[in-house]
Amino acid sequence: MVWTNAVIQGILLGGLYALFATGLSLAFGVMRLVNLAHGDLAIFAAFMTLSISQTLKINPLVALLIVIPAAFVVGYILQRLIFDRVVGVDPAFQIVATFGLGIVIQNALLEKYTADTQGLNVGTLKTSTIKVNDTIGIGWLPLLTFITAVVVLGSLALFLKRTKLGRAFRATSDDADAARLMGIDVKRVFAVAMALAIATVALAGVLFGARSSFDPFVGPARLIYAFEAVIIGGLGSLWGTLAGGITLGVAQAIGRQINPQWGELFGHFVFLAVLVLRPTGMFGKVQTR
Amino acid sequence: MTMRVVRGTVTSRIFAVVAIALVVILAFLPSWGSISLQRKMVELLTLIALAVMWNLLAGFAGVVSVGQQAFVGLGAYSMISFVNVHHQNLYWSVLYSGLVAAMLSIPIGLIAFRLRGSYFAIGTWVVAEAISLIVILQKSVGAGNGVSLKVSGYALATRQDNSYWFALVVGVGAVLLTYVVLRSRLGLQMQAIRDSEDGARGLGANVYRTRFLVWVLAAFWTGLAGATYYLQQLRVQPAGTGGAFSVVQWTAPIIFIVVIGGIGTIEGPVIGAILYYVLRDRFKDHQTVYLISMGLLAIAVALLLQGGIWGTIRRKLGVDLFPVRRRLVD
Repeated sequence: MVWTNAVIQGILLGGLYALFATGLSLAFGVMRLVNLAHGDLAIFAAFMTLSISQTLKINPLVALLIVIPAAFVVGYILQRLIFDRVVGVDPAFQIVATFGLGIVIQNALLEKYTADTQGLNVGTLKTSTIKVNDTIGIGWLPLLTFITAVVVLGSLALFLKRTKLGRAFRATSDDADAARLMGIDVKRVFAVAMALAIATVALAGVLFGARSSFDPFVGPARLIYAFEAVIIGGLGSLWGTLAGGITLGVAQAIGRQINPQWGELFGHFVFLAVLVLRPTGMFGKVQTR
Repeated sequence: MTMRVVRGTVTSRIFAVVAIALVVILAFLPSWGSISLQRKMVELLTLIALAVMWNLLAGFAGVVSVGQQAFVGLGAYSMISFVNVHHQNLYWSVLYSGLVAAMLSIPIGLIAFRLRGSYFAIGTWVVAEAISLIVILQKSVGAGNGVSLKVSGYALATRQDNSYWFALVVGVGAVLLTYVVLRSRLGLQMQAIRDSEDGARGLGANVYRTRFLVWVLAAFWTGLAGATYYLQQLRVQPAGTGGAFSVVQWTAPIIFIVVIGGIGTIEGPVIGAILYYVLRDRFKDHQTVYLISMGLLAIAVALLLQGGIWGTIRRKLGVDLFPVRRRLVD
């Protein structure tokens, strides 16, 4: 029974990882950009939510109404100001610019909030669970997080499939030059894609901050899990990202069940095994490059 | 009219003489410098070695890794393990540590090279994290709390001098190694690949093998530098501030140094490292703000001035201290 419980918790955690990974997957798909500050931006959003909820004395989840639109704008501006200059150039500069941004965010948070661990106080939601039996309990917060991830991924899939802008996204992804010739404003597509990426990762960061404690330096681990979810699931597939996140979550939960120190390591091993055995991931359409 | 291909210039020959004189003077530093200067020089020289190696990978071979802290940590922990657990000679252990880092870089490379570009970068980071987590599980080397190198039986003064000379060899050697590699057949292939992967492949360069060789070479030297640094520090811990496997401690400054100094030049990382180290010492009471400033500067250089300091000087003045490029003259 403890194993069933571990798997269930792993699946729910996997939903959060998928939410972290959505923006990474989207930005890579649309403009072949990998933002190494992805995790740090999520933690930045969690700290902003902390300040807003304390100042306005509101529930952190209500503060999302401010934080998500703000993150959307931040993403749009970041793309226009910084990332546009490193799309399609030597990847070294892309890595330096985004990695540098991550280090800047971490240290700015350290300067403002110190290295103390923080948590977002979401009230009774954090502790309330649905008791299935003596060993299995499903927390409302992890469940809501999982549902949020599925809804976000589903809406994004619908957006890409059904809307005019979504079609422009797909065209840009296939061939940016051809898309430009067809009259698509590629720069705008890039900026909206990054805005969506940062908005979703901000949401993920806040949901993460609601269930776990965080400090200025936990961003890189979020990036790494998100990246692992994307690769395990396979590049170019949104539902693959969900499957990848769940696989990673379950692997970590099983590892942790065996030995509390093995959780993360088990996740890394599964990721490395996928790289060795099936580099295209579970649902990947393209070679990992 | 006959044309010749030459590499050296008058400037580069004068520079070579000055550089050799400088290295000789530095070799005698233990007899004229203070202990504190000597200790600082070990830090600077190992930092130079790490930056030069990262530049050889990223600037010349097009292999951009964010996981080089894996090899710093492997070097440090191999040395600790050889000395503390297996009771080997302290100084030979430094060399063995480089070899361990090089050997382990082969399986790591075989996996990570399945990824390309930015994904390769994060892939190396994941591997470094995984190794760090494995080291944390090893009780024989202090697990997560860290461990001290057992140096009882080695006289303090001799040990400090030896650490310094090791660092000098590692730092100066890294620069010379880059120079020799770049002038070799391997170096020609590397630069051809960097300029045009498809073009180089068409002319018979083995892209994978070339990159892999450089990867292993850089791992070896990075491991040596890591071991040398901790040979002086004595205390090693895996993660956190100052941790041997910490990305913020190692790879972040290295990347900033190389980019600000001038990626893809031999001189750039050396200039960058000296600048970074001197300024860090100057602003040691404001480490956080310092790191933020360096990060912003590195972003600005990556976006606006991609040659960095030395790349800009070279373009404006046409100076080459380490002549790697071939020029045609009358």
